[in-house]
Amino acid sequence: MKPYFHSVTLDKEKCLGCTNCIKRCPTEAIRVRDGKARIMDERCIDCGECIRICPQHAKLAITDSFERIKEYRYPVAIPAPTLYGQFPSHVSIDKIMNGLLQLGFARVWEVARGAEIISQVTRLFLEKNDIPKPILSSACPAVVRLIRVRYPELVDNILPLDSPMEAAAYLVKKEMKKEGYPISDVGVFFISPCAAKVTSVKTPLGKEDSNVDGVISIADIYGPLLSAIKKLEEVPTLQKASGSGISWAVSGGEAHLVDKEHYLAVDGIANVARVLEDIVMGKLKNIEFIEGLACVGGCVGGPLTVENPFMAKARIDARAQKYPGSLPELSPDIEWEDFIWTKRVKPTSILKLDEDMNLAIQKMESIDIIHKSLPGLDCGACGAPRCRVLAEDIVQGQADQIDCIFKLREKITELAEDMVELSSKLPPSFSEREKK
Amino acid sequence: MDTNNVNEPMKMQFDIAHDDFIRAGEASSKIKKMLLQLGFSGRVIRKVAIATYEVEMNIVIHSWGGTLDVEIDPGSITIIARDRGPGIPNIDEAMQEGFSTAPEKIREMGFGAGMGLPNMKSCADEFFIDSVVNKGTTIKMIINS
Ligand SMILES: Nc1ncnc2c1ncn2[C@@H]1O[C@H](COP(=O)(O)OP(=O)(O)OP(=O)(O)O)[C@@H](O)[C@H]1O
Ligand code: SF4
Ligand SMILES: [Mg+2]
Repeated sequence: MKPYFHSVTLDKEKCLGCTNCIKRCPTEAIRVRDGKARIMDERCIDCGECIRICPQHAKLAITDSFERIKEYRYPVAIPAPTLYGQFPSHVSIDKIMNGLLQLGFARVWEVARGAEIISQVTRLFLEKNDIPKPILSSACPAVVRLIRVRYPELVDNILPLDSPMEAAAYLVKKEMKKEGYPISDVGVFFISPCAAKVTSVKTPLGKEDSNVDGVISIADIYGPLLSAIKKLEEVPTLQKASGSGISWAVSGGEAHLVDKEHYLAVDGIANVARVLEDIVMGKLKNIEFIEGLACVGGCVGGPLTVENPFMAKARIDARAQKYPGSLPELSPDIEWEDFIWTKRVKPTSILKLDEDMNLAIQKMESIDIIHKSLPGLDCGACGAPRCRVLAEDIVQGQADQIDCIFKLREKITELAEDMVELSSKLPPSFSEREKK
Repeated sequence: MDTNNVNEPMKMQFDIAHDDFIRAGEASSKIKKMLLQLGFSGRVIRKVAIATYEVEMNIVIHSWGGTLDVEIDPGSITIIARDRGPGIPNIDEAMQEGFSTAPEKIREMGFGAGMGLPNMKSCADEFFIDSVVNKGTTIKMIINS
């Protein structure tokens, strides 16, 4: 396995080397070098901010092609609840699920059901385990990765439980195995609004392996699915999830876990970072649970969706209201402990300036000096998001003072002055008369 | 960790203005970011972040303004907060959990639980406080890594 797999990548052909993305990246993982953006693998958290902001559409999320379902005799679709928000309310969830069957899936199992199960598991887990408050939801893999990179002091606050997607994949495989399907013939495909989920399937954080075999983007499947749905008339009932699972597609979906006063739902990666910052300083007191979602509005704002996130949210809210229902009891053959992570999520040390702390301190001092000598405009022309980051790159040997256009100009001025001065100098053998 | 560090500790100073709630917390946030880049553990960063934030807020709320000096070396982080202000007449009382003289206006902003000083004390490995009425308060905290 490669040390880093990322769904978010750059299409070099399309990149013009503008500086929109470097400014938006929450981990400052992008630089422009040689006229092209470059993503630093070890810092990227796959939040998709750069995909959304890039005016050239040069950032893309690698997902699996629909063709891959043919690799399995029994391909299974596990749609994110976000998929339901891509269609107007008169297209029922049953129709959407039947549409997926029409496209060639042998079975459809809702991630919204996985969400309901994870809600129950979370309750049981919190009854028996004490984890530091505030508890941080692990539903959004981009947020989990943000915490690893920028907030090592909070890794132990992360709820160490599977995402609804993982739960769904695990349960559908279990179900089919029980029915006698040879499990190697079953391929589970997540229908995804999310690039970070692709990464979490290829390189999971809390577990060794994922039960998901492929991830198909909502944007890719939307067209074919729409055509398939249009041809459907009467459809058999397939939907099993209720509102509590469906609403995980929007920010606030986990709200029922604790009472409202001690619960924060935060959406948008920059907002999540701000709240985590306040948490570390002890600024936000008496908060028990934080649901942080990288995308604005929650997964409905995911980079692989097609519908306007606010529209999609309204639809999800309406659908959730239409199917009220309390959380299902866990069936006796489900062991809730199966959903607990088996690998500890460790903080990364990516932002460390040096392994040797004495050297790190020296570097920090050099950074301060260089930073003070820079204009402080954070213009981005040097390819770094802020003057401070250029200073860091210079000290780490990855950039040069004159990458700053103002520094370059200063240098040219100096040189020009030197030249003027030199040109007025005359060899001693010349007389005053010849000067002119 | 090697405490027989031959290098000079890294030093910095921040000005803290009275009643400036917009910038309040900025110094703590900057210090926290630096510690992360220097490679301190999450546990240490958290303690320093809480201690500096509480001491910073006390200067903003209770004093007339002051400074925060921070010295970082691999073995420990030293925080010295000095302010000019009314001072604390009874330090033992002020150190008690729940003791606060914060006015209503401040309590409405979510401060004034009387937990700042006790929190600082529990985060710091060494804690010194000195206060002169109508002159000011000095607090020194050392957090070992
Ligand atoms: N720098 C200071 N100058 C003058 N008085 C202070 C100073 N710091 C603390 N005090 C006094 O000590 C009391 C207790 O401080 P502490 O930080 O524990 O609680 P608080 O600031 O009132 O509330 P909280 O910190 O929980 O928001 C304050 O209410 C104030 O009377
Ligand atoms: S909010 Fe949802 S779609 Fe966006 S990154 Fe997180 S899990 Fe993915
Ligand atoms: Mg206080």
